[in-house]
Amino acid sequence: MHAAISIKNISKNYGALQALDDISLSIEPGEFFGLLGPNGAGKTTLISILAGLVRADHGHASIMGADVQSHFREARRMLGVVPQELVFDPFFTVRETLQFQSGYFGIRNNDAWVNEIIAHLDLAGKADSNMRSLSGGMKRRVLVAQALVHRPPVIILDEPTAGVDVELRQSLWQFISRLNQDGHTIVLTTHYLEEAQALCQRIAMLKQGKIVALDSTENLLRQHGSIKKNGEAKVDLEDVFVNIMSGNAL
Amino acid sequence: MRNTVNKPLLVYGSGFPTLLHKEIKRFYKVGFQTVAAPVLTAILYLMIFGHVLEGKEIYGRLSYTAFLIPGLVMMSVLQNAFANTSSSLIQSKVTGNLVFVLLAPFSHLEFYTAYVLAAVFRGVVVGMGVLVFTAWYAPPAFEYPLWILSFAFLGAAILGSMGLIAGIWADKYDQLAAFQNFIIMPATMLSGVFYSIHSLPVAWQTVSHFNPFFYMIDGFRYGFFGVSDMSPWTSLGIVTCFFVLVSVVALRLLQKGYKLRN
Repeated sequence: MHAAISIKNISKNYGALQALDDISLSIEPGEFFGLLGPNGAGKTTLISILAGLVRADHGHASIMGADVQSHFREARRMLGVVPQELVFDPFFTVRETLQFQSGYFGIRNNDAWVNEIIAHLDLAGKADSNMRSLSGGMKRRVLVAQALVHRPPVIILDEPTAGVDVELRQSLWQFISRLNQDGHTIVLTTHYLEEAQALCQRIAMLKQGKIVALDSTENLLRQHGSIKKNGEAKVDLEDVFVNIMSGNAL
Repeated sequence: MRNTVNKPLLVYGSGFPTLLHKEIKRFYKVGFQTVAAPVLTAILYLMIFGHVLEGKEIYGRLSYTAFLIPGLVMMSVLQNAFANTSSSLIQSKVTGNLVFVLLAPFSHLEFYTAYVLAAVFRGVVVGMGVLVFTAWYAPPAFEYPLWILSFAFLGAAILGSMGLIAGIWADKYDQLAAFQNFIIMPATMLSGVFYSIHSLPVAWQTVSHFNPFFYMIDGFRYGFFGVSDMSPWTSLGIVTCFFVLVSVVALRLLQKGYKLRN
C-alpha cells in the first residue's frame, strides 16, 4: 500500500534562501499528522510542493503513490488543500464556487455531495450569497468545502484556524476529526499547539528548512516534556516545541 | 456525514469545460463593463469620425462610414479579447484565488485553451454588439463571411494569448496597464482602423507592414468589401504565423509555471 504522502530528499531554494534542505518524510493513510514550525521554517513551501504550486529543486514527492510532477493529475485528485490566506473569487456565490471547483476536477453531477458539504459546514444559509458578503469565518468554511469537493483521501490544512473565533474552531475540528475517522489522511499546520497536541497522532517539526523532530505526539511529550516544580510531568507541546526550536531538547 | 474515502471511484473527466464556463460567466456577470461599455465607445468613435470625415471615399467606392465600421468592430474584438484574459489573470493573481485553478489537475494546454476561447467569445460578443449598433449607419456587404470569421477568430485568439502572457508577466495592475496602453492600444489604433494605409506617407506605410494588427484588420475588412490594402492570403499567412508565435510563448510560460508556480 502506498504512503498517503511520500517526500524524498526534497530541497528548495529561493535565491540565496534555502527554504527546504533535503527533507524526507512519509505519512501513512489515515494518519492525523502535524507539521509544526516557526514562521519561515518551510511548512508552506513543503505544502506548496505537494500541491504542485511550487516545484522542488531536488527530490520527489508523491500523493497516494502518484508523483506530484510526473503524475500531477492523479496526485492533485488525491489531495485537497485548505490554503492559509482567506482567498476567494468575488464574482461568484458560495454554491457557484463549489460547483466550479468540482468541475475543475472533471467531476460532473456532484450536486448531492456539494449540498452535503454545504450542510455539514453550516453554509446552507449563505449558499446563494456572493463570496464578498461572507464573514471571515464563513469564508474559511468555504475554503474547507472547496478542498473537499472532489473527495480527496488526503487533506492538508495550512493554518486553518488562524484568526477564527473559538466556536468556529471547535466546529471545524469536530468536522475534520470526523473526516479523519472516516479514513481521510489529515495534515495540519498550526501555531495553536494545543490543537496539534489534541488532534495529531504524529508530528514533524521544521526549523530553517530541516526536520528537527519527527515522532508520535506521545513520544515527543514523553521525551521532551519538562518536569514541573511539584514533580508532575509537564506534558505541554508548547514547551516541547520551544525546547526543540531553541536547541535545548531534554 | 457519509464516508467519503471508500466510495465507488469517481469518474473524472476534463476540467476544461468548467474553466471555460467560469471564464465566460466571469465577464457575463459584469456585462455593463465588459460588453455594453466597449460597444458604446465604438459607437461614439463612429459618430465622431463618421461625421468629421463625411464625404470622404475610400478605395474609390466606399463611404468613410462604411469603411470605418469593420475596423471598429475588429478593434473592439481585439481589445476585449486582450482585456478578458489579462484582467482575469491579474485579478486572480492579486487576490490570490488563482490558487484554486492551480490546485486543479489542468494541463497547460487545457488552461490555455479555456482562457483563450473565453477571450474569443467575449471579443466576438462585443464585436457583434458593435456591428449591430453601427450597421444601420451604413449596412455592410458581408461579401466573404468566411474571411470575416477567420480573421475575427484568429485576431481574438492572438489578443487573448497576448492577454494571457501579459497577465502572467504582470505582478500588479500598473504593469498590465503599461502593457495595454503602450503596446496594445497604439498597435490597434495605428493598424488601419481609421484609415487605409495607402493614404499614409511611404515611410509610415512601411512601418504599418511591421504591425501584425494591420493584417488582422485589413483581412477582416476584406471579408466585408472584397477589397483591402493587402491580399487576404498574405494577411492570413502573417496572422496565422503570429498566432502560432504567441500561442507557443503562452503555452511555454504555462508549462514552466512562470510566475504562477513559484
